[in-house]
Amino acid sequence: MKTASPKHATAAETFVRDEENTDWHNETLWFVRSKRDRAAQTIPEWEALREQASQIKNHALSNLDNYLIQLEENARRNGITVHWAANGDEHNQIVYDILRKHNATKIVKSKSMLTEECHLNPFLIKQGIEVIDTDLGERIIQLREEPPSHIVMPAIHLKKKHIGDLFHKHLGTDAGADDPQYLTEAARIHLRQKFLMADVAITGVNFAVAETGGFVVCTNEGNADLGVHLSKVHIACMGIEKVIPKAEHLGVFLRLLARSATGQAITTFSSHFQKPAPGQEMHLVLVDNGRTRQLASPDFRNSLKCIRCAACMNTCPVYRRSGGHSYHSAVAGPIGSILAPNIDMNEYADLPFASTLCGSCSNVCPVKIDIHQQLYKWRQVLGAAGAVEPAKKVGMAGMDALFSRPWLYRFAGRAGRWLMQTFPSLANKPGLNPWAIHRDMPQPPEQSFRDWYAQQNKKTNG
Amino acid sequence: MNVGLFIPCYVDQFYPKVGIATLRLLESLGVNVIFPMEQTCCGQPMANSGFQSLSVGCDRNFIRNFANCDVVVGPSGSCVLHLKDHLHSDENPAEATRLRNNVYELCEFLTDVLKVSELPKARFPHRVGLHTSCHGQRGLHLSSMSELMAPKFSKPETLLRMVDGLDLIQLSQPDECCGFGGTFCVFEEAVSSKMGKDRVADHLRHGAEVITGGDMSCLMQLEGVLRRQKAPVRVMHIAEILTAEN
Ligand code: SF4
Repeated sequence: MKTASPKHATAAETFVRDEENTDWHNETLWFVRSKRDRAAQTIPEWEALREQASQIKNHALSNLDNYLIQLEENARRNGITVHWAANGDEHNQIVYDILRKHNATKIVKSKSMLTEECHLNPFLIKQGIEVIDTDLGERIIQLREEPPSHIVMPAIHLKKKHIGDLFHKHLGTDAGADDPQYLTEAARIHLRQKFLMADVAITGVNFAVAETGGFVVCTNEGNADLGVHLSKVHIACMGIEKVIPKAEHLGVFLRLLARSATGQAITTFSSHFQKPAPGQEMHLVLVDNGRTRQLASPDFRNSLKCIRCAACMNTCPVYRRSGGHSYHSAVAGPIGSILAPNIDMNEYADLPFASTLCGSCSNVCPVKIDIHQQLYKWRQVLGAAGAVEPAKKVGMAGMDALFSRPWLYRFAGRAGRWLMQTFPSLANKPGLNPWAIHRDMPQPPEQSFRDWYAQQNKKTNG
Repeated sequence: MNVGLFIPCYVDQFYPKVGIATLRLLESLGVNVIFPMEQTCCGQPMANSGFQSLSVGCDRNFIRNFANCDVVVGPSGSCVLHLKDHLHSDENPAEATRLRNNVYELCEFLTDVLKVSELPKARFPHRVGLHTSCHGQRGLHLSSMSELMAPKFSKPETLLRMVDGLDLIQLSQPDECCGFGGTFCVFEEAVSSKMGKDRVADHLRHGAEVITGGDMSCLMQLEGVLRRQKAPVRVMHIAEILTAEN
């Protein structure tokens, strides 16, 4: 049974309590955001490029059925076996069936947020299959038995010291050693063995090209290539929104992706897979898992443009100060907060509220998703569906009653100011007023503006 | 031109001096200002909590109050943005649309409509940090945004530069959110407070004596942190600085 995760506010409160760590996390991600700014500044047509990317995605989503069929046809022609999965369970079963057919017991996997979303790892492990994540960050969190906290840098919440301790325990590095070079070397040796022994390689897909039937996987470590080239079977898993019409469109997306993600001009490896090597089998699994539902909703379909660059996380002032795990979903941060409620509205009802709606996310997004506006719209959907705590709703109905009756508003305002003046300690009491835990309340004035205004008018008129 | 002065509920109740400064500023520029006495709130607190549908009464009251005004001006980017985006009426959609298109945040009204180019009487000899509020900036485009690769500008800064003696400090993160976020400030108390603390630290590090901005809600957040820290720095709404003559 799934146990309910703590809500964002609660998890965030725990995170923030370690202020030094919070500052470090905030600064680390802000550094990445600053690198993104510098990289974007080198492209004079940056904003035009974003617009173009957004339009290409818009077109692809509007014609998704055709492009998916075109992709399937061309992929088949190239010798790739294409599978369709309606949801995560079907996806996992398809992958498992392929593994069984080959009596595979050891697989290596390069980074794929989709398999994370479908919970593929726990499913395969339960079937007795060894699954090794080969992206260094992913391997680290896999050894720690925790989910990624970031979609591009899955172990960004950890410091060198944590990794030194972890590798000491699992890979036998020297106790207390935390030199990055040394630790990376150890990981490399460990992973090389896994690569050599693997029966099957699983990868994600960054872009699938309808016109060619091929797909592109972007990594910085070359782990996707290494896995695929050493295995007899390659299974690539993708959400159906990853299809783009033409190969030339890659010129737009690849320029935006790495610059937005890490400030690099391009990822170290942009691996193009077109057809299986002689003697190899290649599978492409196309997964819906709620995407067509999202596509059918005019308010939320834009979220399917996402190319998973994580720029919206790096810039988000809330994400930077609450950590990825506080979002308790495969994809954290602003984009996760508009994707997750589509998968389970009740479980993720808190996420659209984990934002000040500052709008920075929408501005950095390379495909111009109106992220903060979707957060606002999700709040209305959740409010209408009764997925917001009842206490909040009663409070809000009361507010409207107050603000639609000017006399009541005036009376309440006066009474409130009087209360605050008379019992300042009450207003500043953290137990009764969460505002006051870390902040003082404003000092209530003698008179409201409207009282002053009325008095002035009396003076001048009377 | 009849200008309806819109004073957001919390400014009315907690910061009347901001309302007074706004009124005086507009009148000093020769504007005919009306303050409809029965106005209350823009409806944002409900809408941001997921209950835009419950703000019908609020919207109705707003529309009734400002029916006689050619334009509406308010000293709060956040409330103005909310009205611009969401003021709604099933009974009188034309009037709701007219008001949505004619509501201005104070600074933009000064720079874009009145085209103010000097404030000869304004004098404020202090080191001032400008807090750029997100809704005014990213919603109303009162200034350029650090995320976008576009020419730099700032309407509030343009106005502050007209004030004699004012020394505007530079910040490390000039457009980072203060963490207020409406009901976010209580429902996500921990992160909200931390954001406020970090924002204040940026101003203090750069030697601000006063923190100003166009949105009193953000300034209330920063003031809450400053007062808790007993820091010798105060917050003032930009209208108060533009009318300062000391
Ligand atoms: S929503 Fe935009 S910024 Fe966020 S991960 Fe997706 S593409 Fe990147």
